[in-house]
Amino acid sequence: MNFEISKDPIDVQSVIDKVVQREAGAITTFIGTVRELTHGKKTLFLIYEAYESMAVKKLEQIGREIEERWEGAKVAITHRVGRLDITDVAVVIAVSTPHRADAYEANRHAIERIKEIVPIWKKEHWEDGEEWIGDQLEKKAYPTGKPEEEDLHE
Amino acid sequence: MNKILFFAHLKDTVGEESIRIDVSGKSVAEVKSYLSDKYQFQKFDTVMTAVNEEFSSDDEIIKAGDEIAFIPPVSGG
Repeated sequence: MNFEISKDPIDVQSVIDKVVQREAGAITTFIGTVRELTHGKKTLFLIYEAYESMAVKKLEQIGREIEERWEGAKVAITHRVGRLDITDVAVVIAVSTPHRADAYEANRHAIERIKEIVPIWKKEHWEDGEEWIGDQLEKKAYPTGKPEEEDLHE
Repeated sequence: MNKILFFAHLKDTVGEESIRIDVSGKSVAEVKSYLSDKYQFQKFDTVMTAVNEEFSSDDEIIKAGDEIAFIPPVSGG
């Protein structure tokens, strides 16, 4: 299973191991961690929640997008749910490709797409309150009730 | 009968992860309008809808047994 939602801490190496292949000349690993300060505001901890069955499907979709666009790519993604403290690992993305430039680009694509189409939410807990975080800049509206085609398929 | 799932702030507003009601024959837009009135959702215009785990448009018609999920703007990663 290359695409997972995990209630337990993520073993980074195990995600990397899933994309090891003889054809690869590079593996890039992205590790998303819980940041303490956002615009000067101090986070105490986060709660991540997922629509797990759909989230796995959308992670698989991202994997397919990458394998179609970057030849020879292999992808593995694990996203954590539950309570995470500062510095904890929230997501690990590993991509292997024959050449390094593709591995960097494809990995970047994966994290940006996670932030668009994968049903996972975080609730920030601060000293003075808590809030579910949506699109932080509220720059994205979905007037038709869903992401537009270009949002879903780039 | 249909299962309707709520996440993030919608779940907090409803007070439950899911409810069961029969909305077969109605469009996604009609279901959204009905639930928005019933629960007084905030920022519901930015909420996406998934039917059977795939994003759907507002004009999709719900069938018996469909699972409907309301997806606020996501914040994973």
